Amino acid sequence: MDFGFGIAPSSTINLDKVDNARFGQLHNAEPDVYKCMACGSCSSTCPAGRFSGMSLRKVILALQRGKEKEAVKMLKGCMLCGKCSMVCPRGINTRHLILSICRIYNED
Amino acid sequence: MFGMIFILTWCLVGAIRIIAQLPKEDRKRFFLSLVNPKILLKDIKDIFCDCLLHVKLWKRNKLLGYMHSSIAFGWFMLIVIGHIEVFFYAPHRAKLLYFPIFFRYFMAEDDSTMGGAFFFFLMDFFLLVVLSGIALAIIKRVHSRFFGLRRTTNPSFMDLIGLYSLWSIFPLRLFAEGFTADISGGSFLTKSLNHVFHAFLGNHMNMLPTWWAYSLALGIFFCVLPFTRYMHIPTEILLIPLRNAGVRIRHPRKGYAEAEIYSCPSCGVCIDACPMGVMKTHIKDTTVYLNRQLRRNNEARIEEISDKCLLCGKCTAVCPVGVEGDKLRIAQRSMRKYGITPDYSAIDTDSLVKEFSTGSGASSGKVLYFAGCMTALTPQIRKAVESVLTKAGISYEMMDKDGGICCGRPMLMAGRFGPAEEMIAKNTEIIRKSGASTLLLSCPICYKIFREKYDLGDIEIIHHTEYFDRLIRNGAISMRRSDEKYVYHDPCELGRGCGIYDEPRAVVSAAGQLVEAEKNHKESICCGGSLGSLTLGFEKRQSMTENSLHNLTVASPDRIVTACPLCLNTFRRYADRPVEDIAETVDRNMN
Repeated sequence: MDFGFGIAPSSTINLDKVDNARFGQLHNAEPDVYKCMACGSCSSTCPAGRFSGMSLRKVILALQRGKEKEAVKMLKGCMLCGKCSMVCPRGINTRHLILSICRIYNED
Repeated sequence: MFGMIFILTWCLVGAIRIIAQLPKEDRKRFFLSLVNPKILLKDIKDIFCDCLLHVKLWKRNKLLGYMHSSIAFGWFMLIVIGHIEVFFYAPHRAKLLYFPIFFRYFMAEDDSTMGGAFFFFLMDFFLLVVLSGIALAIIKRVHSRFFGLRRTTNPSFMDLIGLYSLWSIFPLRLFAEGFTADISGGSFLTKSLNHVFHAFLGNHMNMLPTWWAYSLALGIFFCVLPFTRYMHIPTEILLIPLRNAGVRIRHPRKGYAEAEIYSCPSCGVCIDACPMGVMKTHIKDTTVYLNRQLRRNNEARIEEISDKCLLCGKCTAVCPVGVEGDKLRIAQRSMRKYGITPDYSAIDTDSLVKEFSTGSGASSGKVLYFAGCMTALTPQIRKAVESVLTKAGISYEMMDKDGGICCGRPMLMAGRFGPAEEMIAKNTEIIRKSGASTLLLSCPICYKIFREKYDLGDIEIIHHTEYFDRLIRNGAISMRRSDEKYVYHDPCELGRGCGIYDEPRAVVSAAGQLVEAEKNHKESICCGGSLGSLTLGFEKRQSMTENSLHNLTVASPDRIVTACPLCLNTFRRYADRPVEDIAETVDRNMN
């Protein structure tokens, strides 16, 4: 609902309008993407976070919600150091997940 | 005859193709190396030692070495002496390549002269050497354990044809020469065999089928050779000069890589070496099978194998012909296209330099300590290093107190060279601006790429194991020995990657009693935590870590010491005794 006089722009997402095709493709390649419980361990260890705001937790959420541009912007800061995969309590192979996202999605 | 022509043209075309595929500068380097007498001498020495005598296999296992060098060197000598004989007895025929092979069939010489008897003796002697090698090879097929190989390669169909024809060549030659020994002469082996044959097979017509069988076996072997693993025999002769010329892998299939792929003799030494081998499902992901799939252009399997590897480099370290399994895989990964390319241009290096150097030039001439990403997960290493430095009275600056830019090695191992180079450029800027004279590292993963890819000018790059060794030597810190037993684990990137084996051992010996693991130095087993593998999940790595721990605890040490934050992190998850970094050992045991 947007009445036109909010302080911040509305962050409402219409999930019906989100194109899920690419996320489906990602889910096929990386079934583990649904294992993520958004605990944020990855984001707290990420050395790239302080330079570019990279957060894998946010990337996964953003992709699910169709906010691809936001996700791509964060991913461009990833240095692939692999610390996130070591701390993930769900045992997700985050490095391969990131590489798969980089392969399936593109920058525009 | 046909086989001979076929194989010679095939090898020539192959060699020209590989050389044509090399990038221009590499090709120039290769041709220049051929006229450089020093490199040429090394080429000849290496070809003689590796292709004929198999010195590396001798070092691995005496029986395996004897088997290979007896067949290769024995056959080579048979050919050489055969040619010398032809030069002596039928110089007008010397131009025909096939003539020496069937010399005994064409020529009837007598062994009454000294020279003749001598040659006959040599020919028979080397035939015996080759036959003993073939006998060993047949035993090896059944019982590879006698040769120090726990597992051996599963040969493909074409390999089997090549194998059986190779096995049959020399016994058939013995029979054929045995039948003709009374006509054309022979020595202790063929002459005596001839006497045996005479007892029940008096007819000279018997020699025809054996000579035919011998030439058929030889023909089949040479015709199938390009499609079997035996292609390594001619390819290795090309690979050695290329390697000595300093040519390196740039493309996963072309040029030098192709020479390496075809030089693989499928011996299977890498199967036992591979840390993934503890799980039977991974045996087909070893380098020998990667090479086979690369020859067959089986894309799906190539991708799978290259992504799974831990890049510990052990297959490269043990390979008798020098196939670089890890580099082949990284080259394969680098061919992949991505839609999203990282971009680090927004990172401001000036502000990062200011973070650690308070005021201008405060860190000039000092030690700059870069702990690395992984050390951030094992803060005890950082604390221990800082404590040792403080106690030794060394002034230092910490480069990544609040996290720094990654060294680029993990990105490089994923095959993404562009982003890795960007990170290298950023870090180089920071380090150069800091004005430090020494860069101290805690993580061997960083250490390897800093040594290989960074250009830091006069700044010394050093790992803390080396640095502590130096401090102990020049008396800056003194240790007190405890009677605890320590085992030192060689991290892949520090040992095989950078060749640092002695310094950490010297440091550990100063702190207590050093015992060795069953497999150590360049044969040390990867902890299983490596960043090299892209697809191996957590649960699949557990058995590798346990296998590696088992290898370390053979001499029942009290503590396991390593020098890599990643190994430490992986080992302590499953270890039954304390695991620590070498920095902690030093910190606890110093006065």
